Amino acid sequence: MTCARLTPQNLPRLSFHEILMIRFDQVGKRYPGSNEALRDISFEIEQGELVFVTGHSGAGKSTLLKLIAAIERPTSGTVLIGNQNVSKLRPAAVPYLRRKFGMVFQDHKLLYDRNAFDNVALPLYINGISGNEAGKRIRAALDKVGLLGKEKAMPISLSGGEQQRLAIARAVVSRPSILIADEPTGNLDANYAAEIIRLFYAFHQVGVTVIIATHDAGDISAQEGRKLKLAQGELQMQSELQT
Amino acid sequence: MRDWLSQQRQALQLVLARMWKARLATLMMCGVMGVTLCLPGILYVIVDNLNRLAGDVQNEPKISLFLKLDTTPETLKELEKRLSANPAVKSYRFVSKDSAWQELRQNAGLGDVTGGLEQNPLPDAYFVQSKEAEPAAVDGLLRQMQQWPGVEHALVDANWVKRLYALLALGNKAILVLSGLLGFALLAIIGNTIRLQILTQREEIEVSKLIGATDRFIRRPFLYAGALYGLGGGLTAWLMLASVIWLFNLSVAELAELYASSFRLGMPDMPAALAIIGGAVGLGWLGAYWAVNRSLSQLEIT
Ligand SMILES: Nc1ncnc2c1ncn2[C@@H]1O[C@H](COP(=O)(O)OP(=O)(O)OP(=O)(O)O)[C@@H](O)[C@H]1O
Ligand SMILES: [Mg+2]
Repeated sequence: MTCARLTPQNLPRLSFHEILMIRFDQVGKRYPGSNEALRDISFEIEQGELVFVTGHSGAGKSTLLKLIAAIERPTSGTVLIGNQNVSKLRPAAVPYLRRKFGMVFQDHKLLYDRNAFDNVALPLYINGISGNEAGKRIRAALDKVGLLGKEKAMPISLSGGEQQRLAIARAVVSRPSILIADEPTGNLDANYAAEIIRLFYAFHQVGVTVIIATHDAGDISAQEGRKLKLAQGELQMQSELQT
Repeated sequence: MRDWLSQQRQALQLVLARMWKARLATLMMCGVMGVTLCLPGILYVIVDNLNRLAGDVQNEPKISLFLKLDTTPETLKELEKRLSANPAVKSYRFVSKDSAWQELRQNAGLGDVTGGLEQNPLPDAYFVQSKEAEPAAVDGLLRQMQQWPGVEHALVDANWVKRLYALLALGNKAILVLSGLLGFALLAIIGNTIRLQILTQREEIEVSKLIGATDRFIRRPFLYAGALYGLGGGLTAWLMLASVIWLFNLSVAELAELYASSFRLGMPDMPAALAIIGGAVGLGWLGAYWAVNRSLSQLEIT
């Protein structure tokens, strides 16, 4: 199993993190031509926290994560990332904010016209990193998710779980301060799911803020970490901040 | 700066790899651009060579000054002085009305006509050769002489030169218009090609934007692609032009030898070649820029 390799030595060296606090203040989100996906959401996430966002299908988990990652903008209220108000950001500044996040999308959003290596390379290229430095980082990220032997494989030839892990490798390769994962264990069996959750714990332990959306609340209720529970677009419950 | 350079290199490598993958399509694209650019190029070569030919022809136009019938010897002296002093005049010749009359009467077939005339109807005349062949210069001289005292009528006998020059001017205008139209067509061709490429890479663009790519990052490889198509097209156009001229010279050489002339079509000079290639690169870049911006706003990627 891949987690056997997860020793502190091969974790990303995160010597410095920007202190990025995430703050939602009475945030609402309405997609054009549909009901409100989120209503009056207020919470804070501090740098280095591990947070689970739970709720039924359609509760608004993905929408919440997209608001955090500056992929969607709120229709009411304010979203603050660090000191930046996402709604008031100049369009030209948005890409630079997004680069602070590592995002695992619910539908992976892998590129099927290129191999695993090149998929993981994309965020580095966007950050202007190429050559040997990029190669080293890409292999380290693939190694972390146990796909080092498959760097030449095309995503379509990978299993569902492998694709999910590839998406995780792409999210962590640029060493983001905040890791956001939308249902990263969605179609995995219990073993793989536990393994991936352990992977996220490892990132959490080196100081990365980790936010995970998941619908099977039962599975994580025993886990450590704070929980934000959504129902019908409203924040039903948030557990205490653990220190 | 180093970052910037490495980003440019990265984009260029990406584009070259993509083009290499689609070699055939790239070649076709360059071919289409080459043919399109070649057309005004050929026209340019024709007009350019005609221009040189026109300059070669010894064609100082002759201006005929017909004097008033009542011209006095003083006026003649005055005219003589002006003609010899004018720097635009190469040479001149005076023909008196009497000698003209003699000549006319001696001319065989015209004997009957002149026989019926009792007195000499002909005026004195000067025949002047201008130094310049340029129609504008000749015209200026003509108008000037028209004002001189004793001059009844001034005529220029080089209307064909005028026509040639007018034709060349027309040719130059035609080149401009043709270049403009074909340039627009090229813009559309490149824009459309780039637009199709953007569509096939839509996923990549979307994902890139979601994880923090700037518009500039997304635009960069396409701009390189457009400029490279332009470069390929420009070079192809130049090659085609060179082969057309070479083929033409093969047959024109024999013809020219018959006339003891060494006339050959000249290759477009360096500035013209650079203009073709540079223009093509610019057009490619512009077409790509236009296509990317349009597509980016159409895809409505947040
Ligand atoms: N792009 C969109 N356009 C319109 N409506 C949307 C869009 N995205 C989400 N919605 C709506 O917003 C609501 C919340 O969607 P969201 O994707 O956040 O739910 P979710 O909690 O992630 O569900 P799941 O567990 O199934 O992924 C849903 O009712 C959905 O129909
Ligand atoms: Mg979802």
